[in-house]
Amino acid sequence: MHLIESGNVAAATGVKLSRAQVIAAYPITPQTPLTEKLSEFVAEGSLTAEYIPVESEHSAMAVCIAASSAGARAFTATSANGLLYMNEQLHWAAGARLPIVMCVANRGIGAPWTVWNDHQDSISQRDGGWIQLYANDHQQIIDTVIKAFRLSEIVSIPVMVCYDGYLLSHTYMPFEAPDQDRVDAFLPLFSPKNKLDPDQPSNFNTVTLPDVRPDVRGNLAPGYMEIRHTLHQDMRNSMEVLKDIDQAFLDAFGRGGTPFVEPYRCDDVEHVVVCMGSLSYHMRDVIDQLRSEGVNVGVMGVQLYRPFPDQAMVSALSGKRSVMVFEKALSYGNQGALYADIKSALYNVDRRPLISNHILGLGGREIKTQHLYDAVKQACGNPETLGDTPHWIGLKCQAS
Amino acid sequence: MEQKTRTLTLTEEEFVYPGNRACAGCGLGIVYRTALKALGKNTILVVPPSCLTVLQGLYPIAATKLPCVNVTFASTGAAASGVRAAMRALKKENMNVVAFAGDGGTGDIGIQALSGACERGEDILYICYDNEAYMNTGVQRSGTTPQGVVTTTTPIKGKTQLKKDVPSIVAAHRIPYLATASAAYPLDLFDKVKKAISIKGPKYIHVHTPCPPGWGFDTRYTVKVGKLAVETGLFDLYEKDAEGFRLTDASLRLSGKPRKPVTDYFNTQGRFKSLPETMVADIQKDVDLKWAGYC
Repeated sequence: MHLIESGNVAAATGVKLSRAQVIAAYPITPQTPLTEKLSEFVAEGSLTAEYIPVESEHSAMAVCIAASSAGARAFTATSANGLLYMNEQLHWAAGARLPIVMCVANRGIGAPWTVWNDHQDSISQRDGGWIQLYANDHQQIIDTVIKAFRLSEIVSIPVMVCYDGYLLSHTYMPFEAPDQDRVDAFLPLFSPKNKLDPDQPSNFNTVTLPDVRPDVRGNLAPGYMEIRHTLHQDMRNSMEVLKDIDQAFLDAFGRGGTPFVEPYRCDDVEHVVVCMGSLSYHMRDVIDQLRSEGVNVGVMGVQLYRPFPDQAMVSALSGKRSVMVFEKALSYGNQGALYADIKSALYNVDRRPLISNHILGLGGREIKTQHLYDAVKQACGNPETLGDTPHWIGLKCQAS
Repeated sequence: MEQKTRTLTLTEEEFVYPGNRACAGCGLGIVYRTALKALGKNTILVVPPSCLTVLQGLYPIAATKLPCVNVTFASTGAAASGVRAAMRALKKENMNVVAFAGDGGTGDIGIQALSGACERGEDILYICYDNEAYMNTGVQRSGTTPQGVVTTTTPIKGKTQLKKDVPSIVAAHRIPYLATASAAYPLDLFDKVKKAISIKGPKYIHVHTPCPPGWGFDTRYTVKVGKLAVETGLFDLYEKDAEGFRLTDASLRLSGKPRKPVTDYFNTQGRFKSLPETMVADIQKDVDLKWAGYC
């Protein structure tokens, strides 16, 4: 079915098609219309699910953690400070290996208060053990939500589906909602191996010692460090699983084929711009213009941020003359997180490109196509002079 | 009136193994063992960090024969809501979903999630075992630490503030069943847990739980100390439901009779050693006033 709806409704439709069984959410701008839509689906009966209108984001994730532990497919969504309020719960969900799916309508973090878009919220949660996927448009939002449930349930790792607040959450775009029976065929019912069950009682998330310890039968059980090592390994291995899921989705629905990064006009180019979210599509206009002027540059969107697709980065960027990383977040006092990750991935390649970092759009600061055009053109002209310090695009005065 | 459980009619089946990691004389040991007997097999437990986390054992060994999910400190009420939602979604209606938390996890860091669950009318039983301080981390003051008590964060002079009345806060949510109980009266606790799980909606039981190392008394006096709290009228056993408020068990028997002076209770425990005479007199006056209101 073709729809013209907001990004939030695209996400809600994906959740409905995925037959989420327990949904808990606390309203926060710009996520709110997504949860309103889900509560409407549940109230009208088009989605059979438990909708728990919790009193905080911390509790939203608590409901999801507990429901998932009990064997139900759980979903929540949030933005900005709501995501940060969940922080310990995010680590808990990942450590407990629960296949929860959460949408993050990306928004800047206070203080000062901002409701507008940047990526600082989800980027600040990159080290918690969640898989992070970024969607660039409404079609990718709905498709990614459906894929995220399948991915999380295969690898037992929670998945964050991130999309730009307002720029995608509140704008209307045409997209296709797949038929329910085809989604059902793609995404089987959730049936976890371990769940809270009086017939097979077990104690989840108990205190775990630094060292390994035998159980009552004398079999060695892992210590905390083994459990965490397994999480890391499974995160790394989840990239292969994501690749297979993306292929299966492509076969079933005819969309996808770029599970990790999405290059645009990057073949045989000298320079590549890298960015995440809707910015990578915005940048395509700039690339088209610059290519028409003879500047040999392409753009690559990053769709998987955690686990970090370092091999995909090496394949795509090794041998280029320069790489320009444009991002809407940074590690304060250092550099952009994506920039640092890409730089690290490229450290050992033989033909290491020059690499530069460009910070823009924080707290919803308007990103003008002209600004992008000027910045990319200038960077392509003098990549040797850019250095390692982030270049801030669009600053207008100094805060006192 | 329903039949009261007696020692001879108490369920024999145990759901927590002996030899668990509770301290000697632990009041929670009595509370947990008794409550689980009343709950029976069809139960899922939700536990935040607390003494109970330790009692239950270290991975991969657990003392409890029921499924249990350990959750973050502030999230117990919400997590229990999540288990219940999953039970509804999976059509497993005949399951007791029971939160088991300490006083800090209930009345301090966990009060928001508990309040949310009560307001939403979640079909859960929340049992708070109140040992009147953060015992698991080494006896720091909590909201339910009584006035005058010396803890590691109220040293020398003791706590200056009053004990937070958590059951009254919960009662303000007008839930269908609320009770207080004591580790010293396990049969009364057993009957209250049984009654609670027969009722739909949020249920709350607040259990006074003596703690030998935290309160400063010999491990053999757990029941004696618990009983003195009731016999002096400091901690009252009651129920509150659609039919209203009523004293129960030992507190009901105390009604209209002379109570032991509060000093009988204070003198049994090292934690009251800094309690000044004037404060003792004030506390006795408060207790007398409270009991005058019961008659």
